[in-house]
Amino acid sequence: MPFIPHTEEDVRQMLEVIGVERIDDLFDEIPPDLRAAELQQVPAGLSEMETSALLRERARADGQPLCFIGAGAYEHHIPAAVWELTTRGEFYSAYTPYQAEASQGTLQLLYEYQSMMTALMAMDVSNASLYDGASGLAEAVLMTVRANRKSKSRRILMPRTLHPTYRATVRTIIGNQQIELVELDIDSATGRTDLDALQRHAGQDFAALVIPQPNFFGVLEDVDAMTDFAHTNGMLAVAVVNPLAMAVLKPPGQWGDSVRNSGADIACGEGQPLGAPLSSGGPYFGFMCCKQALVRQMPGRIIGRTLDLEGRVGYALTLQAREQHIRRSKATSNVCTNQGLLVTAATIHMALLGGEGLARAAANCHANTLSLLNHLAAIEGVERLFSGPVFHEGVVRLAAPTSEVLGALAEGDLLGGYDLAGDYPELGRALLVCATELRTERDIQEYTDKLTQIMAARDLA
Amino acid sequence: MLIQEQSRAGRRAFAQSPKEKPALEHIPTKLLRDRAPALPEVSEMQAVRHYTRLSQKNFSIDTQFYPLGSCTMKYNPRACNSLAMLPGLVSRHPHAPASHSQGFLACLYELQEMLKDVTGMRSVSLVPAAGAQGELAGVAMIRAYHDARGDAARREIIVPDAAHGTNPATAVMCGYQVREIPTLDDGDVDIEALKAALGPHTAGIMLTNPSTVGVFERRITEIAGLVHTAGGLLYYDGANLNAILGKVRPGDMGFDVIHMNLHKTFSTPHGGGGPGSGPVGVSERLMPFLPIPMVGYDGGDYHWLTEQDYPQTIGRLSAFAGNAGVLLRAYIYARLLGREGMVRVAEYATLNANYLAKRLSQAGFELAYPERRATHEFIVTLKRQAKELGVSAMDFAKRLLDHGHHAPTTYFPLLVPECFLIEPAETEALDALDSFVEAMAHILAEAETDPEVVKSAPHSLPVRRLDDVRAARELDLRWRERA
Repeated sequence: MPFIPHTEEDVRQMLEVIGVERIDDLFDEIPPDLRAAELQQVPAGLSEMETSALLRERARADGQPLCFIGAGAYEHHIPAAVWELTTRGEFYSAYTPYQAEASQGTLQLLYEYQSMMTALMAMDVSNASLYDGASGLAEAVLMTVRANRKSKSRRILMPRTLHPTYRATVRTIIGNQQIELVELDIDSATGRTDLDALQRHAGQDFAALVIPQPNFFGVLEDVDAMTDFAHTNGMLAVAVVNPLAMAVLKPPGQWGDSVRNSGADIACGEGQPLGAPLSSGGPYFGFMCCKQALVRQMPGRIIGRTLDLEGRVGYALTLQAREQHIRRSKATSNVCTNQGLLVTAATIHMALLGGEGLARAAANCHANTLSLLNHLAAIEGVERLFSGPVFHEGVVRLAAPTSEVLGALAEGDLLGGYDLAGDYPELGRALLVCATELRTERDIQEYTDKLTQIMAARDLA
Repeated sequence: MLIQEQSRAGRRAFAQSPKEKPALEHIPTKLLRDRAPALPEVSEMQAVRHYTRLSQKNFSIDTQFYPLGSCTMKYNPRACNSLAMLPGLVSRHPHAPASHSQGFLACLYELQEMLKDVTGMRSVSLVPAAGAQGELAGVAMIRAYHDARGDAARREIIVPDAAHGTNPATAVMCGYQVREIPTLDDGDVDIEALKAALGPHTAGIMLTNPSTVGVFERRITEIAGLVHTAGGLLYYDGANLNAILGKVRPGDMGFDVIHMNLHKTFSTPHGGGGPGSGPVGVSERLMPFLPIPMVGYDGGDYHWLTEQDYPQTIGRLSAFAGNAGVLLRAYIYARLLGREGMVRVAEYATLNANYLAKRLSQAGFELAYPERRATHEFIVTLKRQAKELGVSAMDFAKRLLDHGHHAPTTYFPLLVPECFLIEPAETEALDALDSFVEAMAHILAEAETDPEVVKSAPHSLPVRRLDDVRAARELDLRWRERA
């Protein structure tokens, strides 16, 4: 029996101890009319060899196309050691570290992670992760409504330059809590948030302003101006950032007026670029950092350093009085499990790359994306859309229907980018493209050549 | 020693980053970082050695018996990991087009179908990232259902006092008030209290069955009838699905919505606290509200189902489609088990729990519900030991660690004093169960003759008992460079 070690003799002995004749007798408290018939949709079991053949066939069917899509999930180099260590049974098959003394490996690692994230974000404190970037932002929004002492408002300013499914996720999660999301327009020239549109909300009562960096178009926002606007108007500033970009860009803790050095109040985002493979969109992890003063409003697990009864340093879950298993209906969130294994990978990834390694990866992403954008924009019928500076993604406009072009590229095993038509119809035939440090000059040339051919063939037709 | 404390300026794992460092062209200086983040500077071998050693400070299923009640700590087959990490699957971009996704989508679609079957629900969405997110989706659907009918008076969710903390926390996140009802001495829900609580204000009830006290709720059909008659819906917390897999289906019990914990029942790894995966299944009336995206199949091709297909959806719960890699692991597990293996899970989990309960009771431990059949888990109360010997459930738990066993869940559910919630799971052999009984008996003897050794446990782990109060009072949440 797969994964069940019992011999017939074991079973006989156990039933005798219990005092029943058959295993089925152990289900005698279940009303007989509720007993299930045989399953219909679950096929007969396979051996590992057969399962392996099936999955290999499925994996092969999907191929390994050359990928120029980003849009919130980025293909990066991950050191081999990261997942070799992460999938060690002692990390992979452990539970949430409720028994601290038997979980010092995970707990110390999480403390190291919190230390790394606060360094990367230049923030005071970090939690031990949330599910993903989008749901993490929803938790951040709920946190601002609880935590903003200057405002009782349940309204949030949210730029349309923020990832569309992040906005959708926030709407779902906060949907039943009478919180209003007010969207801010895009500056159609630069691709940034329209600061004039933002100014029109000056003096109004909002709990928070959300500030993406880079934004969904890859464009860099004027984060200092936005942070100052938030603080001047009694709002909390919530940064939603790409953590890899923070190795080279000004981190949230330093945003805003340099004299007062106010900084974002909460920094959150998608941790995937730190060692998580693309894996069809998950599992990733949401990170969240905040100012010290807000720590008791932060959701999720938090690890603290403490001492044992002989005075030795050890690590434990702390501030559990915020959490659902203690506070029940009065908890800061219903979140229970987080994304521990992904944080394990991220911690090892950051240790292996270090600040310099992450900065090099980030700088190469930037250079490759600029090269890609320049190559593509040189093609007849392709142009850059926004003038604002970008990190590692950018938008091009095509003289042909985007979906058709993407389909033609996919036929040649190349994923040419993310079609913006669904989320931003006002941008026309716009395509969001990304070239990480993994894309070589040859890859970029291949894309350029293929797109040139496709656009030329359309001209001829 | 922390990895940060091993750092030396200028050291790094040189093979892991690009050789060149291009200038950051076109980015205004005011948007750039003025100095690199203070991350550890260590060699590759230092990092590997450090994290290997850290891992060795953990208890895990791969190294210890881990009978944590309500958590279903069963063996995580290695194939589930290695096959989910095959290149075509692990490197697939979430926005890859359907032309490059048929293999992946086929796995998800088949998983949806299998989960429908084992739960008896009409439709399944796989996207919730964990049990608690599944609960949020489930209760949000209950609310969307009442709202769509214009039934705005239903403001209350009923929750038994023994429920998981996520139940009331979730109800509040969905804008509901929580009404607790008591559990009877025999472990079943107090039906009279339920009747008194039900009314036109009832949106629904959240139940776990088998319940959190480790017994099957025998009057579930009657409860379902009462709640439905009052106009409410029934939510099934799937934390304990392992106990009944293939034996009884929540849909047949009358539940309208269920979340499953794939990291429990379908053996995906707990990973030191996630990632989980909490798909939701629903009865017919809640189908329009399911969270998106789901996977559809038109007989030829697999495709995503989105807002266009489900205009009344409660919406999205994550940036993409949930914890896809976890779903693949669950799918692989389900294929390895097959239909005959599903039923065996419930049977042998229940056999192990009943055997362990009987042996512990013979060894002098008090079962909280001795008249009841154990399901896949059961409760031992150590209130006598606490009162007479001054040795608490926590002390027993810590001493078990010295014996090389992870402790059961302690102090949950809260209504049983000094309790252990013990779930051995079906993958444990008789030898492990016997060894656990011996350890418990040994600790009981110690508690009677030398209680101090139990009260000051653990003695053989990397650290002695930790000061939780200090951790909360003198918050130290990150490493700081010494000046």
